[in-house]
Amino acid sequence: MSTWRPDIKELAKREMQTRPFESGHRLCAGCGAGIIVRQIMMAARKSLVFVNATGCVEVATTIFPYTSWNVPWAHNAFENAAAVGSGIEAGRKKLLRSKRFDGDPDIELDYDVVVLGGDGGTYDIGLQAISGAFERGDKILYVLYDNEAYMNTGIQRSGGTPFGARTTTTPVGSVIKGKVQFKKPIVDIMVAHRIPYAATVSSAYWNDALVKFRKGLEAEGPAFIHAFSTCPLGWGCETAETVKIMKLAVETCVFPLYEVENGRYKLTGPSLAIAKNPDRKKPVEEYLKLQARFRHMFRPENKWMLEKFQEWVDKEWELLLKKSGF
Amino acid sequence: MAVLKKVEQVMMALNGDEAVAWAVKQSNVDVVSAYPITPQTIIVERISEFVNNGEMDAEFIHVESEHSALTAAWGAALAGARAFTATAANGLALMWEILYITASTRVPVVMAVVNRALSAPINIHNDHSDTMGARDSGWIQIYSEDAQEAYDNTIMAFKIAEESLFPVMVTLDGFTISHTLQNVSVLPDDVVSDFVGVRRIPRIKLPRIHGDKEIPLMFNPKYPITFGPLDLYDYYFEHKVQQNEAMKETFPIIERVHKEYGEISGRSYEPVFMVPYRTEDADAIILGLSSTMSVVKKVVDDLRERGKKVGAIRLRVFRPFPADFLRRELSKFHAVGVLDRCISFGGEGGPLFNEVRSALYGLPSRPIVHNYIYGLGGRDLPRSLIVKIYEELLSARAEPEVPVVKYVGVRE
Ligand SMILES: Cc1ncc(C[n+]2csc(CCOP(=O)(O)OP(=O)(O)O)c2C)c(N)n1
Repeated sequence: MSTWRPDIKELAKREMQTRPFESGHRLCAGCGAGIIVRQIMMAARKSLVFVNATGCVEVATTIFPYTSWNVPWAHNAFENAAAVGSGIEAGRKKLLRSKRFDGDPDIELDYDVVVLGGDGGTYDIGLQAISGAFERGDKILYVLYDNEAYMNTGIQRSGGTPFGARTTTTPVGSVIKGKVQFKKPIVDIMVAHRIPYAATVSSAYWNDALVKFRKGLEAEGPAFIHAFSTCPLGWGCETAETVKIMKLAVETCVFPLYEVENGRYKLTGPSLAIAKNPDRKKPVEEYLKLQARFRHMFRPENKWMLEKFQEWVDKEWELLLKKSGF
Repeated sequence: MAVLKKVEQVMMALNGDEAVAWAVKQSNVDVVSAYPITPQTIIVERISEFVNNGEMDAEFIHVESEHSALTAAWGAALAGARAFTATAANGLALMWEILYITASTRVPVVMAVVNRALSAPINIHNDHSDTMGARDSGWIQIYSEDAQEAYDNTIMAFKIAEESLFPVMVTLDGFTISHTLQNVSVLPDDVVSDFVGVRRIPRIKLPRIHGDKEIPLMFNPKYPITFGPLDLYDYYFEHKVQQNEAMKETFPIIERVHKEYGEISGRSYEPVFMVPYRTEDADAIILGLSSTMSVVKKVVDDLRERGKKVGAIRLRVFRPFPADFLRRELSKFHAVGVLDRCISFGGEGGPLFNEVRSALYGLPSRPIVHNYIYGLGGRDLPRSLIVKIYEELLSARAEPEVPVVKYVGVRE
């Protein structure tokens, strides 16, 4: 499985034929989440079923009587998507064991469960259910699409919102300017559950992303993938620059790419290249300047914010380098 | 409860929680997910023992909260499994959001709720504030009088849920039933197993996609379905009305399942929705729920011996609310006292009283209806107080404009 080389032409052809995720959904132009969903589906070998936490992806893809999903899809509530995944897995296990549907040509039980949650549904309100599922070892692939705020309810801060970012609940005021705290180290928190596989993904690097999604799907136990997801509306960036921003996040080490197999951290793709050749690491300004949510940080009196942001990125990067053996 | 026929049953000394656990064990349940809370805990402990000893072939999901307990049961049922969970009081309150979602997605989960007072202040004893708070969530609610009925109701609940596509809550009073040992007639495993069968998967038609083909209503890559979408003002209202209409259509299903169960067990709960006791020529009756009614019936016997024309009616099914049956049954009495083991803060009387009184309002001749709120937080309702209620009802004069709502057994 680790030697898989995705053939993008072949996969695109398959997607066009089977259309597991239909176009015509109402995700915004330039939204990263639609790309993430497609990439998960391209990486799959088995049939997939999706569980979705409340959030942008859920509301934009299933406005009754329409649905974008040509695979089984369920949404229960905001904070419990992982628990739905646990229930489905348990039900499936028992049905397979009982052989109840053996020979029924209309029912298939050989599938993988993907649970999809935004940053709010993962860092904050959903953390308990994810932690429970991971502790139990339930075999689900949990994908966090991280657009770094509660976007569905109108751009409020979450535990995944970066330092300095302007959101509607962390406005740039005369005293407090944007979000005061840094992002919660969500991957480390998940890895601390001793799950067999965790990784970060930026869809701009599709090859890296597809390989990781497949590894996540085929892990022996729970897997967690933190997928970076540009949000033009919430971030104030150009819709056409989604891929560019997804790349810059990696090139500046704001969002490094790595995977953690059985607790072992390993840098991948461009992040590995930067580790080997530190000159390639770009300053954070290059990433921040393309987004209105950070605009205030570029005013002379707020220069300290840029410095503080860079400091945090450097420190986290150093930590990651150490963890991955550099 | 009339005994129709004798079948081979074992008499077991079980408390109410154990009776439920036995029913679950025998009912071909595929997945159990649960989180402990007194006085429900014994249910999940017994089931864990059954599973760990290989006496029950189920997946037990040890969830990290009640919120996830109901959620995981929902997921399992969606995947095609028969799913059970159990809770009480604050656990049920934590599930509140998912109660609505389970009912509105028509996922047939069965849950035992061991009635307990809601915090604050924290109190582990019995009243009905928990399940009454869930009355509008779209679950069928069946209240048990004793451990035997908790056993019977749990078995029937699986069939009712799967045939109606509504989740079913079977309630039993905390400690009074859950922790009190009783002789329970337990059916043979295979009899229960045959009765409930394995989880049925309904087939539905989606003509625009699959033409005439009937596809299984479950999580299934062969025929994908989207469960729990966004539903805006253009459809939501209609869906809610349809849900309500469908709930009313569960009356005949509930009756039929009871009849079938009566045939195998010899225990028939007739009539199904409300059980009258010595009401034939009664002037005053007390209407209430669950274990309290055993004591009320005792008082009826005592008073009958003294020549008083009193009777009792125990409501078994609170949701759907059997208003038609009530109208038929209650119109002939002089006075009805409704027992509520729950307060509706700021309201005019308890929830049961409100519904009973409202059901009777349109009758040309209707009884006087008084409300008696009792037993909060496990407070005892002694016979002497029940006698006083009957005396009051027997001498009640024409209905006053303001409803009579009294607390029974509270210190002034
Ligand atoms: C219990 C609960 N609280 C609040 C909400 C309102 N709500 C719906 S979506 C959402 C934000 C979702 O944010 P996130 O998980 O980051 O996903 P995104 O919308 O950004 O894709 C909130 C707060 C809810 N649905 N349920």
